[in-house]
Amino acid sequence: MSTEQTKLVMDGLWNNNPALVQLLGLCPLLAVTGSVVNALGLGFATLLVLVGSNLLVSLIRNRVADDIRLPVFVMIIAALVTIAELTMQALTYELYQILGIFIPLIVTNCAILGRADAYARKNPPHLAVLDGLSMGLGFAIVLVLLGAMRELLGQGTLFADMHLLLGPMAQNWTLVIIHDYRGFLFAVLPPGAFVGMGLIIAAKNTFDYYQKTQQLKAHPLAEAGSKRVRVTGTIA
Amino acid sequence: MSLKTPTSLMASIRAGATSLGLFAVLAAAAISLTYIAGSESIAANKAAAKARALSAVMPPHFYDQSLLSAPLKLVDYAQLNLSPPAVGYAAVKSGSTQAIILPVIAKDGYSGDIALLVGIDQYGFIQGVRTIEHKETPGLGDKIDRKKSTWIDSFNGRSLANTPLSDWAVTKDGGVFDGFTGATITPRAVVNAVHQGLLYHQRQYSALYTTAEDY
Repeated sequence: MSTEQTKLVMDGLWNNNPALVQLLGLCPLLAVTGSVVNALGLGFATLLVLVGSNLLVSLIRNRVADDIRLPVFVMIIAALVTIAELTMQALTYELYQILGIFIPLIVTNCAILGRADAYARKNPPHLAVLDGLSMGLGFAIVLVLLGAMRELLGQGTLFADMHLLLGPMAQNWTLVIIHDYRGFLFAVLPPGAFVGMGLIIAAKNTFDYYQKTQQLKAHPLAEAGSKRVRVTGTIA
Repeated sequence: MSLKTPTSLMASIRAGATSLGLFAVLAAAAISLTYIAGSESIAANKAAAKARALSAVMPPHFYDQSLLSAPLKLVDYAQLNLSPPAVGYAAVKSGSTQAIILPVIAKDGYSGDIALLVGIDQYGFIQGVRTIEHKETPGLGDKIDRKKSTWIDSFNGRSLANTPLSDWAVTKDGGVFDGFTGATITPRAVVNAVHQGLLYHQRQYSALYTTAEDY
């Protein structure tokens, strides 16, 4: 992997994570992360559309004038989502019945337009696809993490109803973590999503800060900043 | 920008509009092609899904022809909260109606409408109930969904005759149907709606079973 590619993957998963750093796509993110299975469904659907839209936008990047790029991107994303929805209805109706509710939500995800404009329109297709993959994966991981937190707090289980998404093999995946749990409605309802999201962002920031200070301790910046002292004049 | 002459501004508007229009046409064409290519199998899938939903509330020994083949135009359906055209389905065996499937909507759920299908045989016994659509709280109210809980099976075998009026309520309200921990409103709404379905079946009995034979 070249450095550019490594950077893309690290950006998507951590340094510039769409959900934790760019804070894009919060509307669908907060709306459907009540359980792991819903989070996984939305994450998967978003990943696919993000890769597809990045690829298309990158392919036409030299043919669209700057002035009209945003309406063109919006059109591409909307068309892609509609086509995905129709195709799923025609070929995999079962899957459509499960993921169907998430598809319209993808259109409200500004992370997709964000990546099209910030990256895909300036870079060749293979890099744009990698960017879409890493950003989509980074988004999906945060979705699943938040879904797991809310499901655990709200219902005391993990991976409940996974068979709706993955078929009969996931029938018995439900882990009852807390037995005879009475449920904690707050975690399942929207406020729980905001609080949970805040906690995840705080945890990430704390970790980043800790790493930075450790690094500074190990390799103090020699001659950090200017040592000259201003002795004349007044500081405005 | 300010240095550009009106002609070049016009030219740039024209170029922008043309290319935007071109992309619009391309996008519309791509969607139309997908739609045309898929519309047949989408319709077939929808019909199959509907047939599956209907057969879930009606055991197979009640019918020998497709449930979709005997739709019933319902009249006087205010109690069922349906919007027109309200259609029920008859389970027909050897040419005579054995049972009816009624759509019922509960308006008093926790969030939004709860759409149900209720299968009732000609003697007034419930053969099956399924939640078709709902927006109840995940993890609490969504146990009315058969995929998540078997609670909805507790209606099977109930009738107006074997379950007196006062029993058509959740246990918390003195009835016979279990409520869910943390969610009373949802099961209460479903119990009421199913009860309304039975009352409608009784009230419209002659209409339901004679129109069905006309088909």
